[in-house]
Amino acid sequence: MSTKYSVTIDGKTVEAGPKQTILDVCKTAGVDIMTLCYLEGVSNVGACRLCLVEVEGTQKLLPACTTTVAPNQKIQTNTDKLKQYRKMTLELFFSERNHICSVCVANNNCQLQNLAREAGVDHIRFPYIFPEAHTDASHKEFMMDHNRCILCTRCVRVCDEVEGAHTWDVMGRGYQSRIISDFDQPWGDSSTCTSCGKCVEVCPVGALWPKDAMLGHLKKSPEMVTELVHKRKHRS
Amino acid sequence: MNITELNQIAETVRQKKSEFKKCVYVCTGAGCISSGSLETLDAMKKAVKESGHEKDADIRPAGCMGPCVQGPLVKIIPEDKMYQKVVPENVKTILDKSLLADEVISSLLLFSEKGEGGFSKAADNPYYRKQNKIVLENCGSINPESIEDYISIGGYSALYKVLTSMSSEDVISEIKESGIRGRGGAGYPTAMKWKFVHDHASAEKYVICNGDEGDPGAFMDRSVLEGDPHRVIEGLAIAGYAMGAKQGYLYVRAEYPLAIKRFDTAIKQARKLGLLGEKIFETDFSFNVDIRVGAGAFVCGEETALMASIEGKRGVPSPRPPYPAESGLWGKPTAINNVETLANIAPIIQRGGKWFSAIGSRKSTGTKVFALTGTVNHTGLIEVPMGMTMREIIFDIGGGIPGGKKFKAAQTGGPSGGCIPEQYLDTPVDYDSLTGLGSIMGSGGLIVMDETSCMVDVARFFMEFCMDESCGKCVPCRVGTKHMYDFLTRICEGEAAMSDLEQLKQLAPFVRDTSLCGLGVTAPNPLLSTLRYFHDEYIAHITQKRCPAGVCKMTSGVGHVH
Repeated sequence: MSTKYSVTIDGKTVEAGPKQTILDVCKTAGVDIMTLCYLEGVSNVGACRLCLVEVEGTQKLLPACTTTVAPNQKIQTNTDKLKQYRKMTLELFFSERNHICSVCVANNNCQLQNLAREAGVDHIRFPYIFPEAHTDASHKEFMMDHNRCILCTRCVRVCDEVEGAHTWDVMGRGYQSRIISDFDQPWGDSSTCTSCGKCVEVCPVGALWPKDAMLGHLKKSPEMVTELVHKRKHRS
Repeated sequence: MNITELNQIAETVRQKKSEFKKCVYVCTGAGCISSGSLETLDAMKKAVKESGHEKDADIRPAGCMGPCVQGPLVKIIPEDKMYQKVVPENVKTILDKSLLADEVISSLLLFSEKGEGGFSKAADNPYYRKQNKIVLENCGSINPESIEDYISIGGYSALYKVLTSMSSEDVISEIKESGIRGRGGAGYPTAMKWKFVHDHASAEKYVICNGDEGDPGAFMDRSVLEGDPHRVIEGLAIAGYAMGAKQGYLYVRAEYPLAIKRFDTAIKQARKLGLLGEKIFETDFSFNVDIRVGAGAFVCGEETALMASIEGKRGVPSPRPPYPAESGLWGKPTAINNVETLANIAPIIQRGGKWFSAIGSRKSTGTKVFALTGTVNHTGLIEVPMGMTMREIIFDIGGGIPGGKKFKAAQTGGPSGGCIPEQYLDTPVDYDSLTGLGSIMGSGGLIVMDETSCMVDVARFFMEFCMDESCGKCVPCRVGTKHMYDFLTRICEGEAAMSDLEQLKQLAPFVRDTSLCGLGVTAPNPLLSTLRYFHDEYIAHITQKRCPAGVCKMTSGVGHVH
């Protein structure tokens, strides 16, 4: 029984299976889709809005990471509108908190920075909000700097779904949302944190980092979590 | 419970009521309670008792009667007299003149002080004459805390009819024939929603009543839940039968304690009589309803956030698809209907889809309940056939603008809607016409604004609401609403340049197109619609540092100059 069907991505016909997301199909087909909150191995939330694509027949822009493909779907991933919107989305991220690359530990190893470069962001058209944000240095090994957090919730999902500790969560709402550990206690006082460091590895920016990392020399490997999940799944 | 027992209950109540010469209904909706109706009710009961006329006049609490601003309201049956602002001091006069005798106390008649009185029969008053009450037909004429009262006017007979003589397909096709569209605001055809859930193979399904009404100035669902809770339970049970769900939930905001209390009472009464629970009406259908109380987040009215909240998670939305009809509460197929939609179900079953579809306009059938607020004379709750013009609603039913002021705009759909300026007052109020004007039908909030309202300030107010209520999950809504609010604030303060307006015009469609859920998608609507109809006001704020309506205090420039 063949359950494969074809979809069209940017004019190219590719094969897809049921329950596959648009993002999965694009990856297989070698079509590059910009993602930020997405992390293979944990649940998809569709929050960063960078992977939005146009699908023929609907006016809504749909996130590639959470939308499953349908037979004969015609998908556009790189229209002028999408390019423009991706740029604006990235600019909103930069305007939200206090992202100062030159003093950031993740400088040159930052996914937000890389995406901005890729999208051609050369300035931020919106005023900076400059919120008052804090750093949490209470953990013995790691740092949390809310000035650089983009609320992608990768840390929250990894901690909950992979490590099983659920130390991280989100508090507040709107632009006043922020990541908290346990019941908004200092990270170092957390009774649930196992200090496994997975959140640090998957954080796409310089919000979470090991204390011994030197400025500009931070190396993170989010793939480590993806591999871990893969290995667990295929353990015989 | 079987039909004989149901009829027996109805007969007993009717018999008891017929023994009284008069019946007095005192409004105990939240609005009238806040203006002291419980004291009026007590005084009325006491007066009747003390004067030895307990057997002549039946004093009963009832749900919302409509013109909330004139509360406490008292209705006398069978004459259909409506008295307003009845305080305990008026009780003796009412007893002597209108209960023991048949006199009319003209000074207490509804809207008497506005020179519009003189209608001794409430139904003759243009305020009521132009309305068509289906959803609210029992509100104000039954005791919301008595299941027997509801049964006496035919309550639960629609459920009986459905369970004993209709298949689930029959129910859905009746609903389809009625043409009813979701009253929560988006106007999705109810029958279609039900059919998706019905057709799903899953053995476990859910039906949810969305009572998380949160638009500023909106209180339709609240009044229905407070005034006629059994109607909603009956609607839920019929929906459950039509789709094959055994469990229903009412999701209601914590800010509605009276609605929660009355609905809870109603559930308990229905369970006691076997109208909820196992084998209802001695059929194989079992159904239960439970209440889930929200924790004060507007976004939880969005269906995916609502379900997350019921599941005990943080109330944030998830991308759709998958739609709840496919994967909803705990991953099971789920139908989510608004309170008002469900309150329409029993009458559709009883009187037929055809009857319903003849009311209203062709593509928007039935009636719509509106919470009429703002600068309008008759603030309160109204129900009108779809397709009535905004002018009739505001001027004929609403009694026009107080103080001889000039009408400026009406906001429908709250923070997700838009404003309708004077030149479109004659547009019929239905889903498609309002969308065409850049607003939405919304859940029924209708805020009337006169010439003293600044439309930039209005846009800022709604943007602030959306900014505060954004859940913070997706970046366009989280940061976009903040920026738009900041820009609007600068314009209102006379600190903005034309380039700020340009940025606003870039941001609004971006936030609309890229946000994850309805909150963000519709958040720019008030801004976009005021920009469309009142562009000049934005320009005056920016270039002349002047607020044409005299509302905004300019931090620079002259300000306050008309």
